[in-house]
Amino acid sequence: MTRRQRRLILIGIAGVVLVIAAGLVLYALSDRIVFFNSPTDVVEKHVSPGTRIRLGGLVVDGSVEKAANGVVHFKVTDGKTAIPVTYQGLLPDLFREGQGVVAEGVLDPDASLSADTVLAKHDERYMPPEVVKALKQSGRWEDSAGNYGNGQPAPGAAAATEAKP
Amino acid sequence: MIVELGHFALVLALGLALIQSSVPLLGALRGDLRLMVVAAPAALTQFLLVGLAFAALVHAYVVSDFSLLTVADNSNSAMPLLYKITGVWGNHEGSMLLWVLILALYGALVAAFGQNLPEKLKALVLSVQGWIASAFLLFILTTSNPFLRVAQPPVEGQDLNPVLQDIGLAIHPPLLYLGYVGCSISFAFALAALIDGRIDAAWARWARPWTLAAWIFLTLGIAMGSYWAYYELGWGGFWFWDPVENASLMPWLATTALLHSAIVMEKRDALKIWTVLLAILAFSLSLVGTFLVRSGVLTSVHAFASDPTRGVFILAILVVFIGGALSLFAARAGTLAPGGVFAPISREGALVLNNIFLSAVLATVVVGTLYPLALSALTGEVISVGPPFYTLTFVPLAAPLLFLVPFGPLLAWKRGDLLAAAQRLFAAFGAALLVAIVAAAFAGTANVLALAGVWLGAWLIGGALSELATRLRVGTVPLAASASRLAGLPRSALGTTLAHAGLGVTVLGVVIATTWSSEAIRSMKPGETVDIAGYAVTLDGYTNTPGDQFNETDIHFSVRSGGALVAAMAPSKRTFADRQTTTTEVALKNRGFSQLYISLGDIAADGTATVRLYFKPFVTFIWLGAILMALGGLLSLSDRRLRVGAPRVARAKPQAAPAE
Repeated sequence: MTRRQRRLILIGIAGVVLVIAAGLVLYALSDRIVFFNSPTDVVEKHVSPGTRIRLGGLVVDGSVEKAANGVVHFKVTDGKTAIPVTYQGLLPDLFREGQGVVAEGVLDPDASLSADTVLAKHDERYMPPEVVKALKQSGRWEDSAGNYGNGQPAPGAAAATEAKP
Repeated sequence: MIVELGHFALVLALGLALIQSSVPLLGALRGDLRLMVVAAPAALTQFLLVGLAFAALVHAYVVSDFSLLTVADNSNSAMPLLYKITGVWGNHEGSMLLWVLILALYGALVAAFGQNLPEKLKALVLSVQGWIASAFLLFILTTSNPFLRVAQPPVEGQDLNPVLQDIGLAIHPPLLYLGYVGCSISFAFALAALIDGRIDAAWARWARPWTLAAWIFLTLGIAMGSYWAYYELGWGGFWFWDPVENASLMPWLATTALLHSAIVMEKRDALKIWTVLLAILAFSLSLVGTFLVRSGVLTSVHAFASDPTRGVFILAILVVFIGGALSLFAARAGTLAPGGVFAPISREGALVLNNIFLSAVLATVVVGTLYPLALSALTGEVISVGPPFYTLTFVPLAAPLLFLVPFGPLLAWKRGDLLAAAQRLFAAFGAALLVAIVAAAFAGTANVLALAGVWLGAWLIGGALSELATRLRVGTVPLAASASRLAGLPRSALGTTLAHAGLGVTVLGVVIATTWSSEAIRSMKPGETVDIAGYAVTLDGYTNTPGDQFNETDIHFSVRSGGALVAAMAPSKRTFADRQTTTTEVALKNRGFSQLYISLGDIAADGTATVRLYFKPFVTFIWLGAILMALGGLLSLSDRRLRVGAPRVARAKPQAAPAE
């Protein structure tokens, strides 16, 4: 084998592997990603039933109902719209009424969400950026709700969420 | 007073880092030895000063000095001593100080053990280290100063986030940082080579031990993080493809590729430019990881409440270092003498193939991690890229790599014999098939892909053992001769065997625990029993233990198998009065290599508890395999040939030379 052939073989293998990788990534990006929606988005964008979405907002006060066999019903709101969520499983320890939550699951035809994952904040001073975004969109975001250290609003907290929407 | 001394030491360290980054560089460029020798004492003193600052902070936490803002926010006088100490890095400021401490430690190690490095290379390496240290010290002092005082100190601190009050916090962040920051050394070596315009096989011998050390710590740090998430978060999962997990996986993949390409460079004086690029990429990805975790752009258990100017500052550091390094690479790579081209079927050919696949796998993780961030910055659309994405991209690219691993060590340098290698792997092939058939007998043939995964894991272990057997000539020479060959084997060869076998063990654990785990979610009252995977789990009752810091409610379960009591398990709920927070402590029970896992939801007023039970077959293999990989790395690191600071070992008789 000449130098030239050897080099061609190496470049060929590298090329083939990279093309396969690129193809897989592009296909997966078009097919296997989940969009985040605020409750108002779900209604206004007419997200079609059967779509997998992430829904973020605050848990509506008094909306949490726990049935037997571990099924939980609650509503998620951004202050404008509330979407009912059904979830079977253990809720995170910091799941509370009136607190931020992100639920992931499939949208049902009646515009409710069958969630298989529920994420709450892990630290009472921390708010998931998605929830902040949903609240800002609906105009319900206040600096006092931002939890940037010490439980006091930090200067520029709101500006930051604007800079990184 | 101690606090102010710590603060002062940190400022001094910054000044010294600035000297360390400029004076030796000037010396190296001018060829002035007097300026170059400044590097080592500067690095050692810098470590001393940062160490002093860190010790001052630890002291403040231990004595619960709530006049410090970070202590008041993240500590509490009622906490056990261990959590007071680990609480030092359980927050943004302290964890950045730990980062810089470890950076200074590595610089000091190079200064102390690098006596055999050429003076110019050493000066350049320490100078690059100095740049990184300057940037991060400036970052800490201007945006994340841990030594800020409060005007009116509170009587009691706000307590450490209960999720972090765990032995995991003592182990996981230091290990991971030792890995992340360890990549800075190979990065510094790469930049030094580019500035100097000279690179040879000896460079690889000097740089490789540091890469190996970083890789060992990364491996252990990732495994520890995975186990911590597994038992702390209560979801029973060990890997979530969370961007923060990916942040640690990306440098791991890059250092793994770097370790392999550096071998080719050392042995065959080839792949030089590629190796330098990988060294730059590995640390760049560590910086990206630091940015992702510390800037607060992600929703994650790792994101501390943080102020946004910090994210911008880290981003600026990121751009300067990665952009600068890549520009330097683009400008100077051409001056490095290119290496030879070699036969595709050879050890070096196999190592190149390893690098191609690792790069492809790495690229998918990079895209999956950064694409959502880019999209959200550009269009405002928020998406999440989760396990389905990686199942479709990472897995199909990793599988062929895993299949090829056993071939590599069996091929000779320069010109390998694929047929001979395949014949030697015949036994491994058959043994792996047997394992897959046994798995099918237990679990059925419904999931063919999982069975293929089992085969792949067993094939990796079998392949590693076959390679060892070939080296020892098991079967062709008497057993005693094989044993004496084992004693004479270079430790790096044994390290390879162990690391590759460990990879197989991890693959087996991942495949089996993911595919064949059993799960049950029930509302249970005392006296009720749930059957799972052949075990009858009964809820016996509750006990309440009030404590200083939290009240703990234990729920007692007894586990029976075939009527006989085999285990008692007690998951618990902890209520922290100060933070009005509840945490769940899961209960784990080892059954062989498998685990029973009980997590809790709410406990209702009438005594009904929501209970989640898992049986995870062979789940411990995941972390045992990682420990084996790290041990393999350690064995390799102890090889005389690679010993840190051991420069020129006579290269004659590599086989016959005793390992010690």
